[in-house]
Order: sequence, then C-alpha cells, then structure tokens
Amino acid sequence: MRWLARLLSAAPLALTGCGWWQSSLDPHGPAAESISWLFWVFTAICTVVWLLVAAVLLLTLGRRHRERPDPLAVDAGQERRVWRMVIGATVLTLVTLLVLTGLSYTGQARRAAASPDIPLTLKITGHQWWWDIQYEAPEPDRIFRTANEIHIPVGAPVQIKLESSDVIHSFWVPNLAGKLDLVPGRQNTLVLTAARAGKYRGQCAEFCGWQHAHMALMVVAEEKDTFEAWRKMQIAARQPPDDDARKHGESVFLRSACVMCHTIRGTDAGGRTGPDLTHLASRQTIAAGTLPLTRGTLAAWIVDPQGIKPGVHMPLVPLAAGDLDPLLSYLEGLR
Amino acid sequence: MTLVERHAGSDLRDSALGEAELRARLSNTWGTKPGIVGALSTVDHKVIGRRYIVTAFVFLILGGLLAAVMRLQLARPEGQVLGPDAYNQFFSMHGTTMMFLFAVPVMEAFAVYLVPLMVGTRNIAFPRLNAFSYYVYLFGGAMIWVAFALNVGADTGWFSYVPLAGPEHSPGKRVDFWAQMVTFTEVAALAVAVEIVVTVFKQRAPGMTLDRIPIFVWAQLVTSFVVLFAMPGVMLASTMLITDRLVGTQFFNPAEGGDALLWQHLFWWFGHPEVYIIFLPAAGMASDIIVTFCRRPAFGYLALVLALIATGFLAFGLWVHHMFATGIPQLGASFFTASSMLIAVPSGLQVFCWLATIWTGRPVLATPLLFVLGFIVLFVLGGLTGVMVASVPIDTQVHDTYFVVAHFHYVLVGGAVFPLIGAVYYWFPKITGRLLDERLGRWHFWIAFVGFNVAFFPMHILGLMGMPRRVYTYLPEMEWRGLNLLSSFGAVMFAASFALFLWSVVRSLNHGAIAGDNPWDAPTLEWATTSPPPPHNFDRIPVVTSREPLWAERESLPVAEGLRVDTRELLVSSVTSANADLRETSPTTSIWPLLAAIATGITFIGSIFTPWAVVWGSAVVGVTLIGWFWPKDSPEDET
Repeated sequence: MRWLARLLSAAPLALTGCGWWQSSLDPHGPAAESISWLFWVFTAICTVVWLLVAAVLLLTLGRRHRERPDPLAVDAGQERRVWRMVIGATVLTLVTLLVLTGLSYTGQARRAAASPDIPLTLKITGHQWWWDIQYEAPEPDRIFRTANEIHIPVGAPVQIKLESSDVIHSFWVPNLAGKLDLVPGRQNTLVLTAARAGKYRGQCAEFCGWQHAHMALMVVAEEKDTFEAWRKMQIAARQPPDDDARKHGESVFLRSACVMCHTIRGTDAGGRTGPDLTHLASRQTIAAGTLPLTRGTLAAWIVDPQGIKPGVHMPLVPLAAGDLDPLLSYLEGLR
Repeated sequence: MTLVERHAGSDLRDSALGEAELRARLSNTWGTKPGIVGALSTVDHKVIGRRYIVTAFVFLILGGLLAAVMRLQLARPEGQVLGPDAYNQFFSMHGTTMMFLFAVPVMEAFAVYLVPLMVGTRNIAFPRLNAFSYYVYLFGGAMIWVAFALNVGADTGWFSYVPLAGPEHSPGKRVDFWAQMVTFTEVAALAVAVEIVVTVFKQRAPGMTLDRIPIFVWAQLVTSFVVLFAMPGVMLASTMLITDRLVGTQFFNPAEGGDALLWQHLFWWFGHPEVYIIFLPAAGMASDIIVTFCRRPAFGYLALVLALIATGFLAFGLWVHHMFATGIPQLGASFFTASSMLIAVPSGLQVFCWLATIWTGRPVLATPLLFVLGFIVLFVLGGLTGVMVASVPIDTQVHDTYFVVAHFHYVLVGGAVFPLIGAVYYWFPKITGRLLDERLGRWHFWIAFVGFNVAFFPMHILGLMGMPRRVYTYLPEMEWRGLNLLSSFGAVMFAASFALFLWSVVRSLNHGAIAGDNPWDAPTLEWATTSPPPPHNFDRIPVVTSREPLWAERESLPVAEGLRVDTRELLVSSVTSANADLRETSPTTSIWPLLAAIATGITFIGSIFTPWAVVWGSAVVGVTLIGWFWPKDSPEDET
C-alpha cells in the first residue's frame, strides 16, 4: 500500500535545492551556524590529535627495537627522556581540552544569550507521532492551530515553546538549530531564526515509540509579506465547499468518526486528538512528513493509515462506496 | 620458604609432601565432583569463570545477530525486513543484551577466572556467592531472551525512558521483563564486585604489595568499586519503574507530582559509569598484553594505576551529558562539559604510557598485541568524538543521531571489544591449554578492523546529515541511502570476522598447539601454573618479589608453605603490604547457591505478575539461604 502511495505521488518532494536537506552541515540560521563553526573547530583539532597519535603509533612500531634478553632491564636515561615526552603530551592534552572547553562555553553563552523582544511565539505540543502547532497572539482571535508545518518570517527570531502530551519527543530542525526535548510536565523554550528563505525539514530525535521514524515536520521560512498572508489565511475558518462534490464531502466528514479527533474550523468538527485540518491542503505533507500531500496519498492515507504508518493512532474509518472521492475533493479544497 | 607458622598436629600440610602427591591430594580436595550434581554445585572460580565467559559470548553472538538484521533493514530506505514493532524490539534487545548481558558480565567473567590466578590464591573470595551470581545472571539473560522469543521482548530501548516505558504508553509485560532483567544482572554484578574487592584486598600472594599488583587486577578492583556505587542507581530506578507499572506508584508521572527526568538522572547515574565498568577492565587487559608482548615492564605503572582510579572517580561526574537536550539549566550543563572533557586526561595519559611502553620495548606483533594496537587507534577516535559530544552546543546537534551511535561503538567496540578479543587470544592457552591459530588470528584482526570501520565510520556522517537514532526506516528522499548501504556492508564484514573467530576457537579447542605453562613468556602469576590450571591453582602459594614475578625469578618462584591439603584452606594477607596473615578455610562445593538462584529467579519473575511474589518468594529464598549457611560439622580452623 505504501508503495502504491509512493507511485501515486508522481513528483518527489520539492527539495530546497542547495546543500543537504535536513543536515547540520548546512546551516541556515545563526544558531546552527554558530554550532557548525564550533563543530568544525573541534573536528579540526580532534583530527590533528588523532593523526598525531596514529603517526606516533606507526613510528613506534616502525623504529628499530633493541633485543631485550632481560625484559626487566630498562635504560634509566631513556626512561627519563620518554617521561618528559609523556608528561609533555599529557599537559598538552590538558591545555587542548581547556581551550575546547572555553570554546564550548563561548558557543553555549551565545546560544543562551537572551534574545531581544521576540514578536512571534508559537507553542508546539508533541504527540505520538505528529506535531501540534499553535501560533500565539495577544488577541485571542488571532490564535490558531495547525500541524506538522511551521511558517516563519525570514530573519526574525521566533520563540517556540515545547510541550508534550504523551511521551518525550525532541524538536530538531538541524539546518536551523540544535535539538530540544519536549518533556511531559515541562515546558522548554527554543529560539529559531532562519537566515534565508527556504524549506527546512525537521524530525523527532527522541525515541517515542512505533512511528518515531515518521514524525517529521517542515519549517517554511518566507518573506514577511508572504508569511503575513499565510498567517491571515490560517487564522480564517475553512473555505466553505463551493461545489456539490465538496458539499457532499463535508457532510461525509461531519457524519463520520473523523470529527471525533479532527478540527475543521467553521464546521462542527472540533476534535483535538488529531491534527487541525482547517487548512490541510495548504500543507506540503501528510502524516507528519511521511508522504507528500497529493490526492493519491491522501486517499491512501484515509483508506489504509495502518499500512502507511503501522501503529499510528488514526483508525481506519470505513467509508461507503462513492464517499471517498467527494471527501478527497473536500479535503483538497481546504486551502 | 615457610611464611605461615607451622602447626604440630595431625592435619596434613603442603610442606610435608612431594610434588606429585601434593598435586594429587590438592586436586582431590579442591576438585569439582563428577556428575551433573557435581557440575552444578562447583564453586571453582575457573569453572564458573569459564561458564561466565562462554555465556557472555553466546549473548554477544545473539546481540550481534540482531544488529546484523537491523543493518539489513537499514541498508535501503523503506526496508521491509522488519516492521516498527520488531525493529524496536530488535534494537532494544541489542542494546540490552550487549550492555547488560555481554559487556559487563564478560569483563566480570574474566575477573572471576583470572584475578585469583593473578594474585596467586586458590579460589575467589565467597566462591558460593560467585556460583550464585553466575546462575542469577544466566536466569536473567535466559528470561529476557525467552520473553523476546515469545514476542514479549523489551521494546523501549536499553534505556527505557519514561513515560514511554511507563504503564500508560507501554501496556503489557514487555517493560516489566526488561526491568526485572536489570534486577537479575545487577544482583549478579554486585556479587562479583564484592568478591573481586575482597579477593584483591585480602587474598594476594605474600609479597604482592599494592605496587606489585598486575594492572589488569587494579583495573578490575577499580571497576568493582564503580559497580558497587553505580549499579544501585539503576536497580533503584528499575524498581521504581516496576512499582509505577505494577502497584500504581507515580514516581515518574508528572501529572501526579512525579518527574519524567528523574528516571534519566537515575539511569545515567548508572549508565555513564557503566561505560567505564566496561572500559576499565579492557584498559587493564591492554596494559598487561602490551607489557608481555613488548617485553618490558609497563612504562609508568603508577601513572597507569592512578589513571584507572581517577577514571573511576570521574565516571560519576558525567551523567548529565546524556541529558543536554532535555532543557536542563545551562549552568548545570556546563559543569558536565568540563567534567566530560576532564576524563579525557587520564585516558590520554594511559595511551601515552602504552605508546611509551611500545617505544621503549620490543613489540612482538602477535595477535593479542594486534588487537590492542587496533584498540588504541579506534579508542582514541571514539574518545575524541566523545570530547565533541561533551560540548553542549555540538551535542544539541549530534545527540540522538547516528553520530552518537558511531561514537559509542568506537568507544565500546573499539575501546572494549577489541582488547577483549586480544585478551581471548592471550589467555585462551591458559584457560584451555591450547593456543589459538596465529594465522587465522591475523585474518580475524584485519577483517574485523576494516569491517568495523566501514560499518561505523559512515555513521558519523549520517548523523551530521540529520539521521536520528532508533528509526526503523527512512524515506527514499533522504540522502542517507549510500552511506547506510556502505555501513551495512561493513557490518556483514564485521560479522564475518566473528564467524572466523568462532571457527578458529572451535578448531583450536581440539587441534590447537599445546600451550605449555607460559607460551608468551609473560610475567604475571597466572602463567606460573599449568595450562589449564589445576583445581587448586597453585601447588604451593607463590611468594612475590617483584612486579613481574616470572621475569624476576627465572628459575623458580619462591613459595609459601604450611597450608592444609586435606581441607580447603587459603592464605589471607594484609591489605597494603600483603604479609601472610592467617590461614582461612574456603567454602566447599554446594548445590544451595543454585537452589537459591532458582528461588531468586522465581521471585523476580513472579513479581512481574503479582507483587505478592516478593512476599512468598522471600520465604522460599530464605529457606535456600538457611540451607546455604547451615553450620558445617567441620570446625573452623583455630588459627
């Protein structure tokens, strides 16, 4: 079934085009850049140390060794000379480690430095196996929920509050910042800044059960205007169905078990257990980054969620023949 | 030389007998009785040590097979070899088996076999406890594997983080079996630790002062202390987990005032020292192998011993570096950066001393030394990536990715399994009386060395490319395909090297060259007796005059006389200067340790199903202990 779904998604996910996708080696934000710099400094120093040890080892094995008829006989002068080298190497090790510790502290301080006034705050709640995202705002009517896809304005720091509803997850978008856990009973805070526009994939980094492997999210960094337009669109209630098929689709949705878990703002569907679907079709993926969103993958997901993501908490909701098609049209219309 | 006061009387002493008769009588006194009951009631540390070693290697093979299947699954995206449920059980059982059932027990197994021989005594201290420890370990390991075979295997990782492992998110019995397996193996480990401490402190041959103790024995002594302080942490944690799951306590439930992070603190309080519990004995093995094959005393003996001790202490100051991503306060985290960096100093010092020993010695590139040289190369690399993950900012990127998987495999396989395999080649002739094949040994080393690097080096890069750990599959869009395939190829190669090893061992058991007492011209006491050693280890207790007794006393070792030969008697010496202090009887064979272990096992397994098992189980265990400690009719020695 999963392979069928893959075939249906003719076009692969749009890649950012530059560097690696989801990689800490390709930083696109100040936090990730600072860590990347630190990483390469550490790597360079550690590589030199390793090469030195390996070289000394080879040299040691390669040199001419005198016969040792009496293994207990040691040359006192040689012992002294070698001692000086051993002590020297140990002191050098200590100094290197102190330097590395200092560098690490600087990096840590930069990371922890209080960000100035942050205009945008969102709260992410981890669920097995998807991300509930709530954009906060001082005005209650500007608060909205979405799932598995975050849009942020380029260049502006965004504060992210991290919570979990079930087990420990870890929020990790390597191109933008290091990871931070979502721990039940606690709230952690992360500041994310994207230096360049683009799409950045993230993935849960703390083992969280069966579908830990399929708990991804997308961060879309875009210009401020585009972002504001997106936010305005997300705040709005769902687009009312505009043709018969879609009207039928909405009624299928509203009279089936879907409403127990999902919210579609503007309708009676108000479940909070699953992702908010009000603007489902505006997202790029479904099932927390498991599949690109197309009509085909959506169909596969509804018909066989356990086949695509075994163990997922979304049950198979039986649909009457002829109901799937209008439902798909309806969901595709939730832009 | 007679160090022990002679006694007039009818009791028969070793000083009164000739070589052949002495050996026959001592073998009779100390021997394992024939038959199945005899085999099950033996308290000979060599027999138990051998069983321990073999059992641990069986678990190594099982754990390795799981890893091989996981590598098959990950060789390509969307692999169909394992589903998520099976994969989670596989990686949980792999980690659990390797850490709890292989790495720690195998190091203890070598201690059980070798330490009494290396300190020149007739048996380990508390030999019945030793037998009990082995059976408890065996039952615990068998239990979790039987559970796994019945699809009740652990599936929350070897670390079993709550709340995932808690009652709400892991219903069923899987985690309960895991938690009780921890209890089993920890009981076994604590028992061995106590035996080793007492053996090293009180049973050393006369003259083996603290500064003449072989480095491997020092390493085992430090390790035993680390075990004594680390293991209670995880036993506490796993017991709290069990009570959360079975009787409704709320230690880890934040909704009821518990704390999910408490588990991580308790677990890593044990979990990080655990790494050193595995590494320190391996470092000790490396030291002794280097000494023998470089044909000179260890360069910087004192420095090496102090490095072991320092590592033992520092091991307890690192645990939070497993928790840098949990959102703990920055100031607290930074302390653990410093301590994690600091532990590289004693490790570095050891490496420098090893290099200095090789430099000033005359290395003989036999297989044991090859594995130790490979160990140095791999361990330094693993240590350096350890320095990288000690940095909080870097760790937030690489934590829980394949970078860390690569790091700790370099440290644990490179840093512990390589010297361990070296140790097998080194001590195999002592244990079996036959040498392993050198040519196969070289093949084994090179295939293992190359295979290991091909399997694990690419994982560093995969982690940096964003591949998280513990994922049962990955999407084809991710650019992880090539390196994963390469890694799987390396894993096959690494597995092949172990198949070769196994074949070599089986072949050598019957066809290997006869070793003789001391095939390597090694300097320590275990080589002063026959291969394999007689039940009583030494016909006469050696007297140690040097740190390298067999090099110092080429003709024959001086011996201490005056021990009884008709009952089990050994020499107890003073802690620091190892002066012969008194003669002490050593416990005889007994079936009770086995019965006590069975009763303990039933209690532990029963408590998975009902808390009342603890109550009635204790009564049954109590009965077996009464049998165990029932006063003997033979009076204690009067001295």
